[in-house]
Amino acid sequence: MAAKESMLGRGLLPFRRTKALESEIDAFLDKLSESGLLFKRAVQIYLEEGASAEFDQKLQAVNRLESEADKLRRSVITQLYTQTLIPESRGDVLGLLENLDSLLGLYEGALWSFSIEQPEISAEFHGDYATLCDQVVHAAEAIVLASRAFFRNIEAVGDHMHKVMFYEKEADKVSTKLKRAIFATDLPLYRKAHLRNFVEHIDNVADRAEDVADRLAIYTIKRSF
Amino acid sequence: MDVAVLFFLSSGLFLGWSLGANDAANVFGTAVGTRMVRFATAAAICSVFVILGAVISGSGAAQTLGKLGAINALGGSFMAAGSAALAVFAMTKAGLPVSTTQAIVGAIIGWNLFTGTSTDAATLITILSTWLICPVLAAGIAAALFRLTTRIIRSAKPHLLRQDAYTRAALLLAGAFGAYSLGANNIANVMGVFVPVSPFTEFEIAGIGTFSSVQQLFLLGAVAIAVGVITYSKRVMLTVGGRLLPMSPVAAWVVVVAHSIVLFVFSSRGLESLLESAGLPTIPLVPVSSSQAVVGAVLGIGLLKGGRGIRWRLLGGIGLGWMATPVIAGVLCFVGLFFLQNVFNQVVYQPAG
Repeated sequence: MAAKESMLGRGLLPFRRTKALESEIDAFLDKLSESGLLFKRAVQIYLEEGASAEFDQKLQAVNRLESEADKLRRSVITQLYTQTLIPESRGDVLGLLENLDSLLGLYEGALWSFSIEQPEISAEFHGDYATLCDQVVHAAEAIVLASRAFFRNIEAVGDHMHKVMFYEKEADKVSTKLKRAIFATDLPLYRKAHLRNFVEHIDNVADRAEDVADRLAIYTIKRSF
Repeated sequence: MDVAVLFFLSSGLFLGWSLGANDAANVFGTAVGTRMVRFATAAAICSVFVILGAVISGSGAAQTLGKLGAINALGGSFMAAGSAALAVFAMTKAGLPVSTTQAIVGAIIGWNLFTGTSTDAATLITILSTWLICPVLAAGIAAALFRLTTRIIRSAKPHLLRQDAYTRAALLLAGAFGAYSLGANNIANVMGVFVPVSPFTEFEIAGIGTFSSVQQLFLLGAVAIAVGVITYSKRVMLTVGGRLLPMSPVAAWVVVVAHSIVLFVFSSRGLESLLESAGLPTIPLVPVSSSQAVVGAVLGIGLLKGGRGIRWRLLGGIGLGWMATPVIAGVLCFVGLFFLQNVFNQVVYQPAG
C-alpha cells in the first residue's frame, strides 16, 4: 500500500513541481505589480514632502521587492532549463521575465535618483509629474496583466496589450508637455536639465513596457497551436 | 534449431531492425523532435509496447499478407524480407519516410512473379486501397482531433506549465498506444513471410496458455524492432519532427494519436468483430504504413490551418518514394531469388501439389 502511494506520489511529482513553479511566476508578477504601486506612492510623497522618512521607506520596499523578484526569476529559469520544461517556449519565458525584471530595475533606479539627487520640483509641475507617474504605472500594470494572460489565457493577451500602447502614448504626451513647460521657465539651464532627467527617468518605464509588449506579441504568436 | 534457419531468419530480423529504426520513429519522432520526451524514455516505452502489440495482436494483419502470397520456402522468405529491408534502407538513406509495408508487398509480388504464383487480385486491391485510405483517414482524424483538442484547451485555459506537463504525459500514453498498434499492425511485414515456414513449435506456458509458433516468431521480430529503436531511431526521430510542417507539442500529440488510431483500426480483431456484430461493414485487417499515417496526420493539421507552411515539394518527393518503394523491393526480390536459386542452389519455393 505504502509502495503504491509512493509510486502515485512519484507519478504526480511533475504536476506538483509544475504547481510550485506556477506560484513562483505568479509571485514574480505580483512583486512587479506591487513595485509599481509603491513607485507611484513614493513619487507622490516626494512631491509633497521631499525625500522624507516615508519616501525612504517606500524606496527600501521597492529595493527589497526587486531583489526578491530577482531570486524568483533565477529560480524559475533554472528549473525551466534543468527540468527541460516547456522546451518550445522557455527561451521566450526567459526573455519575458528578464524584460519584466528590467521594469523593476527602472522603478528602483528612478527612486534612487530622487533620493540621491533630490531635484527641486516647483509646485506648478507637481500635477504633471503625478499624471506621468500614473500613466507609466498603468502601462506597466497592463504588461503585467498581459504577461499573466500569456501564461494562463493566451487569447486574452491582446486585451491588455493595446492598453500598454495607449498608456505609453499618453505618457509620451505628458512628458513632452512637461519638458516644454520646464524649458519655458526662467530656471537656470542646469535645473531645467535636471528636471528633464527626472521626466525621462519616469517616462522610461512606459517605453520599456512598450518594448516588452512588442516582444510579448511575438511570443504569443509563437505559442499558438 | 538449424543454423541455416537462423541465417534465413536474419533477413527478417534486418527488416525488423529497419522498421524499428524507421517506422518506430514515427511514433515518438514528433515528441522527441520537440524535446518533450527524452529519447531514452521514448525508446524504452516503444520497445516494450511494440513487443506486446506484436505478440498479442499481431496475427490479424499477417493473415491478409499471407493471402497476397504464401511464400512456402525459407529461402523465398529470406529473399522477400531481405529485399524489402534493402528497399527501406535505401529510401531512408534518401531521406524519405517510407514503411516496411510498401516494401514487403512489393517483395511478395516479386516472389509471386518469379515463382509463377498468381497474385490474389482482391487482396492486392484491398492492400493498395488502404494505402490511399490510410493517409486520408489519418488526415481526417488528425484534423478533427486537433480542432477538438485546441477547443478544449481554449476553454480549460490551463497554465502554460500545466499544459506542458499534461502534453508530456499525453505524448507518453499516445506513444505507448502507437507503439502497441505499430507492433500489432506491422509485425506482419517483418515476420509475415516466415509464418508458413515458421521453424518454431508451439508449447504450453505453466498452464496459462499456449505460446504458438507464430507468436514466438513475432516475439523474435519484435525484439529486432526494439533493437532498431534503441540503436538507430534517435537520428530519424530528431529529423521526423518538424520536417514536413513545423509543429507545436499539442499538434505533435495529435499526430501520434491519429497515427495510432489508424494503425489500430487496421489491425484490431476486436473492432472487426464488433463491427460485424453490429452489421456494419468491417475494416480490412491489413498492414498499413505508419509513415503514410504520420504524413497524412501532419497534412490534415496543415490543411486545417489553411495549408500555409506545408512543404509541398517534400510531400511530392514522399509520394514518389511511396510508389517507388514496392517497385524497387519487387525488382530486388525477383533478381535476388534468381541468384539464390540458380547460383546458391537454394529452394525458394515449393511447387504446389
